Amino acid sequence: MSTAPTLLSVEGLSKSYGGVHAVRNVSFALQAGEILALIGPNGAGKSTCFDMLNGQTTPGAGRINLLGFDTTGKKPREVWRLGVGRTFQITATFPTMTVRENVQVALVSYGRQLFNVWASTPQFARDEAGRLLELVGMSGYAERPCGELAYGDLKRLELAIALANQPKLLLMDEPTAGMAPRERIELMRLTAGIAREKSIGVLFTEHDMDVVFEHADRILVLNRGSLIAEGSPEEVRRNPQVRAIYLGEGLVYDARHREGAPS
Amino acid sequence: MAFYFVQFLTGLASAASLFLVASGLSIIFGVTRIVNFAHGAFYMLGAYVAFTLTERFSGALGFWAGIVLASLVVAVVGVLVEMVLLRRIYHAPELFQLLATFGLTLMVQDLVVMIWGPNDLLGRRAPGFKGAVEFFGQNIPTYDLFLIALSPIVLGLLWLLFQRTRWGVLVRAATQDRDMVAALGVNQKWLFTSVFALGVFLAALGGALQIPRDAVHHALDLRIIVDVFVVVVIGGLGSIIGAFVAAVLVSELNAFGILIFPKISIILVFLVMAVVLIVRPWGLFGKQEAAARRTPGLTVNPWRPLTSGERLAAWAGLAVAAMLPLVGGNYALTVGSEIAIFVIFAASLHFLMSVGGLASFGHAAYFGLGAYGIAFLAKMAGLPMIVCLLLGPLLGCLGAAIFGFFAVQLSGVYFAMLTLAFAQIVWSVAFQWVAVTGGDNGILGLWPEKWAAGPASFYWLSIGVAALAVAALRIIVFSPFGYALRATRDSLLRSEAIGIDAKRIQWTAFVIAGSVAGIAGALFAYLKGSVFPDSLGISLSVDALVMVLLGGVETVSGAVIGAIVYKMLSIWLVSQTDLSKLVLGGVIVLIVVAFPKGIVGMFETLRNRRRPELPKPALLKSRIEGAE
Repeated sequence: MSTAPTLLSVEGLSKSYGGVHAVRNVSFALQAGEILALIGPNGAGKSTCFDMLNGQTTPGAGRINLLGFDTTGKKPREVWRLGVGRTFQITATFPTMTVRENVQVALVSYGRQLFNVWASTPQFARDEAGRLLELVGMSGYAERPCGELAYGDLKRLELAIALANQPKLLLMDEPTAGMAPRERIELMRLTAGIAREKSIGVLFTEHDMDVVFEHADRILVLNRGSLIAEGSPEEVRRNPQVRAIYLGEGLVYDARHREGAPS
Repeated sequence: MAFYFVQFLTGLASAASLFLVASGLSIIFGVTRIVNFAHGAFYMLGAYVAFTLTERFSGALGFWAGIVLASLVVAVVGVLVEMVLLRRIYHAPELFQLLATFGLTLMVQDLVVMIWGPNDLLGRRAPGFKGAVEFFGQNIPTYDLFLIALSPIVLGLLWLLFQRTRWGVLVRAATQDRDMVAALGVNQKWLFTSVFALGVFLAALGGALQIPRDAVHHALDLRIIVDVFVVVVIGGLGSIIGAFVAAVLVSELNAFGILIFPKISIILVFLVMAVVLIVRPWGLFGKQEAAARRTPGLTVNPWRPLTSGERLAAWAGLAVAAMLPLVGGNYALTVGSEIAIFVIFAASLHFLMSVGGLASFGHAAYFGLGAYGIAFLAKMAGLPMIVCLLLGPLLGCLGAAIFGFFAVQLSGVYFAMLTLAFAQIVWSVAFQWVAVTGGDNGILGLWPEKWAAGPASFYWLSIGVAALAVAALRIIVFSPFGYALRATRDSLLRSEAIGIDAKRIQWTAFVIAGSVAGIAGALFAYLKGSVFPDSLGISLSVDALVMVLLGGVETVSGAVIGAIVYKMLSIWLVSQTDLSKLVLGGVIVLIVVAFPKGIVGMFETLRNRRRPELPKPALLKSRIEGAE
């Protein structure tokens, strides 16, 4: 893992709202092909952290280096151009278009054809959109109106959209929030498979510890805006501070393990 | 010096009415999220009713009782409107709410003429405030001093009402989260109704208090509503203190603008508004609105290009239209040309509104600019017609580029208000700058050259250009650019996350729409042989909105059908009745309440119903997104 190039490095990232320090002096790095989980109780600063990486929020202090570029304070669309795919906690798609068209718009943007007023979009990169949908298991839904999809399918569609710019890094904010337990495992397995195959780095936040401990290579633990632990799932699991703060509610997790869930 | 001080006081006195009306609009918007276009109409009604009552009641007490009673009467009218109409459309897209309340405005315009007649009415002077105070040789009407004192008092009373009463707490809570307030067991219906009543009362009071200063006439509503929109855009929609500060600012700008730059006093206000919008897009005291409600949402029906059969039908329709000169007389051909021109105009607005989700309430500005462009080129530069037709619309394009840049910084109701204000500014310039535009007399004698002069040749020219324009817009809708534009409409968050620069895309769309509207205006100038400020006016902007709405906002071809049906209907209506505004307003309200999908939308629904229904698994989805 250490030989892989660094995709993302964050130094001293901070953000406060009024007197509240949402994120305090957070530093970490992420290698190509690595799956990194950012966990922490509600209000720990996960989403703020995420929004700063993505450009949704301007950092109060600190540096973000993405693929060798300083992206501190860059707009989301500029971050995207560098090769970052993003999915949202609450899905954001284009409800009046078909599933395929949703992916095609992302491909149009990737191909820098946004101001093309002549070509026919329904024919644009049709096969490529089809391949992406196949990758996430949505081929059967390509011509369905996106507004009619079930929530789990919308999450898959978002993944396909996020993969359209051939990203080197995926940022996924609670990718399995609002999904049924079986769907969660399935979606993360799919994401992890794609990431490993294409050597894409993944940074995700998640509340479901089963998902986190099954798929993450490394885990960052945030509490009250500060990074309190970092390491492999095994290390984090053994960390007493983490157990106290976060896995205090971890009885559920332990119980699951005794039942023989994969680790 | 004393003169300037008096001018300052005059400005403050004018601010009083403006503040009353604007604060009413803000309060209503804060709770119900409706921008009440009919607020100007309530203001005007307040003035008319107060006129009647103060004439009827004698004495000082009668006058003041008449003012208050008039405001209460109009507030009751407002309550009826809220209960009968607005309660049905609280959950409709905001465009529909704007249109429905505009429909009301139109109806009121005809009603006041019916009741009070078309002439200006001069009201009584206020008893006790008839004189003037002398100030270093300048006279200050005491009534002005009364108004100057009144607005801080009203501001204070409103503050007490909202901070110190239980009702005020509920209203403030509802302003922040009305669903939560409803969940806490507050009767939302009556809360909304009472808020609306208060807002209307303030508007009517503003109107009633104007009668000692100003004549009462039936164009008061649009004049005040444009000023009020400017005030709330500057002050921030939903903020009462913002309404106060901005009302003073705008009134002072008007008062001094007329002294210092008499020719460009209107532009001064516009410049201030532009600066405020750049520095603080949500107004001086406003807060950024939560993500605007998604305008689409009546149907989830992905658009698709025409099938070969439908394309054939479109060609056939065009061919039939082209044969009109074989059967129709000159009148039919002139009407036909006009309809073709309005098809272009409606299609251009549809592009902005349906594809881009940007409902412009001032689209006529670009239509009119195209028309004036022709007039300047043909009359002053003496260029040949074909050159004029190619270059004239550039003025519309230029106007759209300038105003569009500011307008796309905003969205939703702010966008609508800003486009309306811009259009009104352009109209005022055309109206006032007599040396160049001829003012109210317009520019006459623009006749087509020989090759297009005959009714038949001009008709062919018009439908030819219309077919080209509609086809071009349709191609753009299905082009990558069109999809990017729809993407910004559907989800700003997602489009930004896939590298789309929403503002640039929307600005480009604005310019495209403005240029096409300019083409329509250019043809219109040649059709009428003249240009008047009317072709920049609000009523024309609203005509276009109604055409799109009638055809179906959520369809690709609605604008074409809507323009044809609406134009035929309105030409017929004008020939049948004097109360065309009343009927038109009623039709608008009816469409919004009973018929929101429009003609083409309904046709599509019927066709889809005949197909086997696809299972619809996640109806909750849109609500989850809405909560974002």
